[in-house]
Amino acid sequence: MPADPSFLNGQAPMVPIAYRVEWRRQDLPDTVTLGIAPVEAPLATPTPGQFMMVWAFGVGEVPLSVSGIGEDGRLEHTVRNVGAVTAALSRARPGEIVGVRGPYGAGWDLDRATGRDLLIVAGGLGLAPLRPAMLEALAERHRFGRMALLVGARDPQSLLYTEELEQWRGRFDIEVEVTVDAAPPSWRGDVGVVTKLLGRAPVDYAGATAIVCGPEVMMRFVAIGLTDAGVPPHEIWLSMERNMRCGIGHCGHCQLGPEFICKDGPVLSWTRMEKPMMVRER
Amino acid sequence: MKSIRDLLAEHPVFGSLDSSLLELMSGCGRNEHFDSGAQILREGADADHFYLLRSGRVALEVAIPHRGIIVIETLGPSEILGVSWPFPPYRWAFDAKAIEPTSAISIDAACLRRKCEEDPVLGYQVFSRFAQLMRDRLQATRLQLLDVYGSHAG
Repeated sequence: MPADPSFLNGQAPMVPIAYRVEWRRQDLPDTVTLGIAPVEAPLATPTPGQFMMVWAFGVGEVPLSVSGIGEDGRLEHTVRNVGAVTAALSRARPGEIVGVRGPYGAGWDLDRATGRDLLIVAGGLGLAPLRPAMLEALAERHRFGRMALLVGARDPQSLLYTEELEQWRGRFDIEVEVTVDAAPPSWRGDVGVVTKLLGRAPVDYAGATAIVCGPEVMMRFVAIGLTDAGVPPHEIWLSMERNMRCGIGHCGHCQLGPEFICKDGPVLSWTRMEKPMMVRER
Repeated sequence: MKSIRDLLAEHPVFGSLDSSLLELMSGCGRNEHFDSGAQILREGADADHFYLLRSGRVALEVAIPHRGIIVIETLGPSEILGVSWPFPPYRWAFDAKAIEPTSAISIDAACLRRKCEEDPVLGYQVFSRFAQLMRDRLQATRLQLLDVYGSHAG
């Protein structure tokens, strides 16, 4: 266990801070994005890819990736209603108070991608934690070589951030490809699994860094596809999802092989994740 | 203007064929263009051609009662449209429609089947490429069947 508490950023790691819901956007029938702001002093600003533990008071706490990082400590969280806590958070209206602690874990290390081509691969809700990295990369576009965003979703109605996707698609300095598993004829995009897009992105695969987020099985196939295409395994970064509870590597709920996903991850390289992800779990 | 043989040589799937085999295969090919909206394949119809797509995009569709038409895959440049032509009873399993103006090398299936029968080297080269293509599509289909983006995915 770590002896150095510096990763806690000097904050009491288990005490939630009050944040007020400023706005709420219904993204999908079961998914909302909440914009929250600190009631008093903000927590440390998360880096893209880090997560927060968010309380629905009286119900419970869940780990939520950060889907937007604003000024004065403002945060955005995209929440899918899959249980009691996320249902309560999904119902939160502007003015209501939620509890937040964090930020936790290791995010996307975009510095190491400087000078390389950057490939961002999102599946389903996986676009949410990738969004801050995407925005940071676009804000400092000159740091990277060619850039491509590949997005997979179940169907056109399940796509997140469609307005932003359209804006990004309109830029000349990034290739945006979107595919869905099935679609009606009115859909003008691609149909097929996201791995099919891998060979199509106009990047130098051997010289690319890939950041990937989505359901674990999708990330596994994407990582294999990326290595087949020539991306070095240590340049493939996955955002892992496990049962995070404490957020600081003490409780062990999120342990996967030798890694505590909450503390060592959630962003980890394929080099470290290949073996654990190949272990069959019940 | 490029010949069919030149275009075949540029195609990622068949470009690595020996020169003599390219020559043999090109005898079964011709250029074809489809306007957006054109029906290219019809479920149940004779699988008498397949297509090496050069530009544009094609949607593979299936009509489902009470649900209408569902697109199950889209194909684009460098991909191959039509994998039912090598196998009896040589009938298409799905509809295919151009969703953009599409150019392709159209290969006469009966012609190529006959040449593959006559020249086992060509037959092996063609069928090993289609086996790879069908393996890739089978794996992609299995991934689609997993419905990985469903709410159970967490």
